[in-house]
Amino acid sequence: MASTQGFSLSARSSNENVAAKIELKAPPYPLDALEPHMSRKTLEFHWGKHHRSYVDNLNKQIVGTELHGKTLEAIIVNTYNKGDLHPSFNNAAQVWNHDFFWESMKPGGGGVPNGELLELIKRDFGSFEEFEKEFKTAAATQFGSGWAWLVYKAQDNKLLVIKTPNAVNPLVLDYYPLLTVDVWEHAYYLDFQNRRPDYLSVFMENLVSWEAVSSRLQLAKAQAAQT
Amino acid sequence: MALRTLINRKTLTTTVPLGFRGLQTFSLPDLPYDYGALEPAISGEIMQLHHQKHHQAYITNYNKALEQLDAATTKGDASTVVKLQSAIKFNGGGHVNHSIFWNNLAPVHEGGGEPPKGSLGWSIDNSFGSLEALIQKMTTEGAALQGSGWVWLALDKEFKRLVVETTANQASCVLLFLQDPLVTKGPSLVPLLGIDVWEHAYYLQYKNVRPDYLKNIWKVINWKYASEVFEKENP
Repeated sequence: MASTQGFSLSARSSNENVAAKIELKAPPYPLDALEPHMSRKTLEFHWGKHHRSYVDNLNKQIVGTELHGKTLEAIIVNTYNKGDLHPSFNNAAQVWNHDFFWESMKPGGGGVPNGELLELIKRDFGSFEEFEKEFKTAAATQFGSGWAWLVYKAQDNKLLVIKTPNAVNPLVLDYYPLLTVDVWEHAYYLDFQNRRPDYLSVFMENLVSWEAVSSRLQLAKAQAAQT
Repeated sequence: MALRTLINRKTLTTTVPLGFRGLQTFSLPDLPYDYGALEPAISGEIMQLHHQKHHQAYITNYNKALEQLDAATTKGDASTVVKLQSAIKFNGGGHVNHSIFWNNLAPVHEGGGEPPKGSLGWSIDNSFGSLEALIQKMTTEGAALQGSGWVWLALDKEFKRLVVETTANQASCVLLFLQDPLVTKGPSLVPLLGIDVWEHAYYLQYKNVRPDYLKNIWKVINWKYASEVFEKENP
């Protein structure tokens, strides 16, 4: 069982409850907007059931504890506990991961980025094709459940591809996340069954929101410059 | 998704040529029942995909990793040998686990769901209080498992008792000691019954409701096989 050090169960006043509740954010597009590449049915289950459950279960877990009232990011870092995961880490991180995932996609997405992002990809991976290959390979070879990410490593001023198991995300690894793809089977099973590589190809060709990735990169560099 | 076609058991032994050193390679075992025979607990669609695609992929990748291991060993390429270990553990584990799993299931008309009798039945009552209590425990632990993995009923040969354990991804029951260095009993565990809780095992039918899958799978659990394994270890 996880230890409860640092997580006291003191009661909180009721007027903090409403503000402190973690909310389920809707994707920035209707649930059928990614058809035919990601079906409405997938979004209905993936967002409407899985993502919603993470939110509901997290709220149940944190009510009345010190985590109640903290931001989602703070809860994630807290409960990651340097790898000795607190029980609510999985729910907290998965809430955040899925928000980030919906925002990593858009209708009519995919293709190739431009501007500074493309230049940095070419600089750090050799070419866009090599980046894409590395990203898809990471996503395809994440054994079991997890995520693949394009991240910005501030210390080295470099873009990297990483893969993480289950709910782990770059926030706890000290990277700035820029792009993610969910490779838990529930993300692709209704549309692609076992064919994870096909899902990844469709994701890259038709779904990635390079605008979102670019603006995240700008934000990451600005934040990194401040620290 | 594919239309519901007539689903039959297919023989799918793939023969792979042996390497010049007589390298043993593996092939997909037949299911002892038709794909549709476990309905309505587990759909024929899932059984076919699970067997022909997922299990087959583990075998294909396991064979590939073993060939690469053979080549690296021959060349004395130590770092490649080490790098291949995770692919071997994952894909070999997947092959071992699924081979056990197909035997853990049986159609109702062939005894699926019938409670264990004999020494296993007695041992379950002794260790857990009742079969219902064991089922409850395995169901709860299977439902709570984060991500992908398995829930097992195993015989601990060293301490001569039954245990319920969970493993992540395709870790084998017998490799438990590798996951948690404090637990040294791994090698003495004999898996009797494993339930796959990877999403591919239930998603097309049960979607996100893993607890419903776990509730229903007990109707097709083949306790006869578990008993045979148990009795072989406990003559």
